[in-house]
Amino acid sequence: MDISFIDKRLEGIYSKVLNKSRLSKEDGIYIYETHDLIGLGQVANHVRRSLHGNKAFYIYNQHLNYTNVCKNRCRFCAYARDRKEKGAYTWSIEEIEKRLLERIDEPVNELHIVGGLNEDLSFDYFIDLLKTVKKVRPNATIKAFTSVEIDYLSTLAGLSIEQTIQQLKQAGLEMMPGGGAEILNSRIHKELFPRKIGHERWLEIVKAVHKAGIKTNATMLYGHIETIEERVDHLITLRQLQDETHGFSAFIPLAFHSENTKLAHIPPTTAVDDLKNVAAARLLLDNFDHIKAYWVMIGEKLAQVALSFGADDLDGTIIEERITHMAGAKSAKGLTKEQMEEMITKAGFEPVERDSFYNSINSS
Amino acid sequence: MDKLHKIIEKINVNERIDINEGLKLFRQADFLTLASLANRKRFYYHPDKIVTYVVDRNINYTNICASGCRFCAFFVTHDMGQGYIISKQDLFDKIQETLRLGGTQILLQGGMHPHLDLDYYIDLLTYIKENFDIHIHGFSPPEIDFIAKKSSLSIEKTLSILKKAGLSSIPGGGAEILCDEIRQKVSPNKCSSEEWLEVMRQAHMQGMRSSATMMFGHIEKDFHIFEHMDKLRNLQDETHGFTAFIPWTFQPDNTKILVNKKTAVEYLRVLAMSRLFFDNIDNIQASWVTQGDKIAQTALFFGANDMGSTMIEENVVASAGVDFMLSKEEVTRLITKAGFEPCQRDCYYNLL
Ligand code: SF4
Ligand code: SF4
Repeated sequence: MDISFIDKRLEGIYSKVLNKSRLSKEDGIYIYETHDLIGLGQVANHVRRSLHGNKAFYIYNQHLNYTNVCKNRCRFCAYARDRKEKGAYTWSIEEIEKRLLERIDEPVNELHIVGGLNEDLSFDYFIDLLKTVKKVRPNATIKAFTSVEIDYLSTLAGLSIEQTIQQLKQAGLEMMPGGGAEILNSRIHKELFPRKIGHERWLEIVKAVHKAGIKTNATMLYGHIETIEERVDHLITLRQLQDETHGFSAFIPLAFHSENTKLAHIPPTTAVDDLKNVAAARLLLDNFDHIKAYWVMIGEKLAQVALSFGADDLDGTIIEERITHMAGAKSAKGLTKEQMEEMITKAGFEPVERDSFYNSINSS
Repeated sequence: MDKLHKIIEKINVNERIDINEGLKLFRQADFLTLASLANRKRFYYHPDKIVTYVVDRNINYTNICASGCRFCAFFVTHDMGQGYIISKQDLFDKIQETLRLGGTQILLQGGMHPHLDLDYYIDLLTYIKENFDIHIHGFSPPEIDFIAKKSSLSIEKTLSILKKAGLSSIPGGGAEILCDEIRQKVSPNKCSSEEWLEVMRQAHMQGMRSSATMMFGHIEKDFHIFEHMDKLRNLQDETHGFTAFIPWTFQPDNTKILVNKKTAVEYLRVLAMSRLFFDNIDNIQASWVTQGDKIAQTALFFGANDMGSTMIEENVVASAGVDFMLSKEEVTRLITKAGFEPCQRDCYYNLL
């Protein structure tokens, strides 16, 4: 396809893409710097279409945020509470069962389960949690726990990471989300989430998880204090690990929402930055199958546009999302399947409802 | 496919495309192909990386309206009891505040109040002009048409009286879709498309500039969008009075038309087409009021070179469940972050 770039420097990047040669760190930085948003979008769209054609995926899922009590209290987090703080909550196993049963008539295919590091919970709670979910929803995939939680669970259990993963797997864990990576960089780590595991540990755990045959996603939290170079390094680090393990399924750029956090002075990300992050991910992460436009973070309107800037997946028909909305996200709290399909169709793509592993679901 | 190529070729050499060509491109071209064509056109008309905005305030002098348009969530009828006519004090305060906040104009609009006559409007304009040095952008064609009919005066005469009293330019509202088969269904009591165009023709001939709008996403079909734009383009050939074109999407909440809101991609496609279709209207305005800040910023790459107004008192749209708000600081931040230079403008798109 011919693209007439306004920014001629994108031509070099495009020809690399056409030759299937890997983009460098400098290319990555340039992708963020260019003002030719449409030219960039066209290159990313080319890659996206050669991988997925006209398809755009979504999943019918349910989120379970089992507790918001967290000992880490990262500076960017609007979700976590201290144990005794107003608004702190922890769901008992019965409550979780109740929440699953409330929506048992819906065709939920995936349970997305993440929470804080709550010192009142024992390792048994998590095993129970997984077993209960499996019992109530035997046909849905359990995608649960970030590396941060896995690390914490291993200390709770007094087991090695490998053993911890095995136990969780036996109880029903099938996949892991990609959270907790934020920006894989020690400067950011020190400033924003010093009590949470650092990037070396994050990578180590993800590697172990992949080795155990569990796929994970990967994320990047952008729009706080990170530099463009740090974003590109983050993406390249993920790309290297993916070369080694091939365990990543999708990459999800996460736009930082500062409201109700200790970084409330930071203005929200703008559309151009959101779209560039999608495009940059699609172009740099040449060994990742899927790039998600997470509508909860960037709004459903922009997520729809992002399908033409490199994204092939809109994530879930999530009905009740807590974490981002606590930080002031203005997107709807839930989209229905019909709304999701309409968004995709009106964007010129073919909606494909998928399971956690991107198999299409022929719903009747 | 071949034909699409020919249309694109025409656009590339800056030839005018007709309704059918526009429609074909709109229906068949890929989203980013439209974007890239519109983006290049935008830089053809505005080579500088400037994006303008105006600081103004929308003042609705009354919410009582006899028209009862089916898409309107703003009006009340005279007997509903929640109606208002703005008081002089309110008007004074609002304008004073507008000036204090660096505003240069007011957008003065209202319903077709059955009991207000020409004297009311003259008094309103005179009062403002006596107290303030501010540009009055006011009375969309349906209001002018209504005032003229009510006073048994010609459009020409009505406009010249209002102009003398202080009216400087006319907003392009009330155009909706300028096809009578649509207007008869959504706003049967409002002026016809010919009458709408006639008000603009007369206004332009008397030296008053105006904007042009289009509200789409209700019951129209895609070809109506192009018929609408074609009518505006023809009039513009005649008068050169339109300063800008502003397409926006119908907001269905609290109205009597039950349709799904147009999605962002559909909005951006229409916006891009408008940049490609109007070779004689200088400016294309993004509608953050209906699209929100993210899509308005994205629109700057789909043909728009203006962000519209930064101050809000947009009762008409706000009643239909839209509550986006943008301060001047936020508008300039969005423009800057998109790689453009923000610049405040006046009603005539002169940079301030
Ligand atoms: S981001 Fe996660 S680890 Fe950090 S405070 Fe919030 S819940 Fe805890
Ligand atoms: S759109 Fe205007 S004319 Fe129609 S009912 Fe509303 S206020 Fe009246």
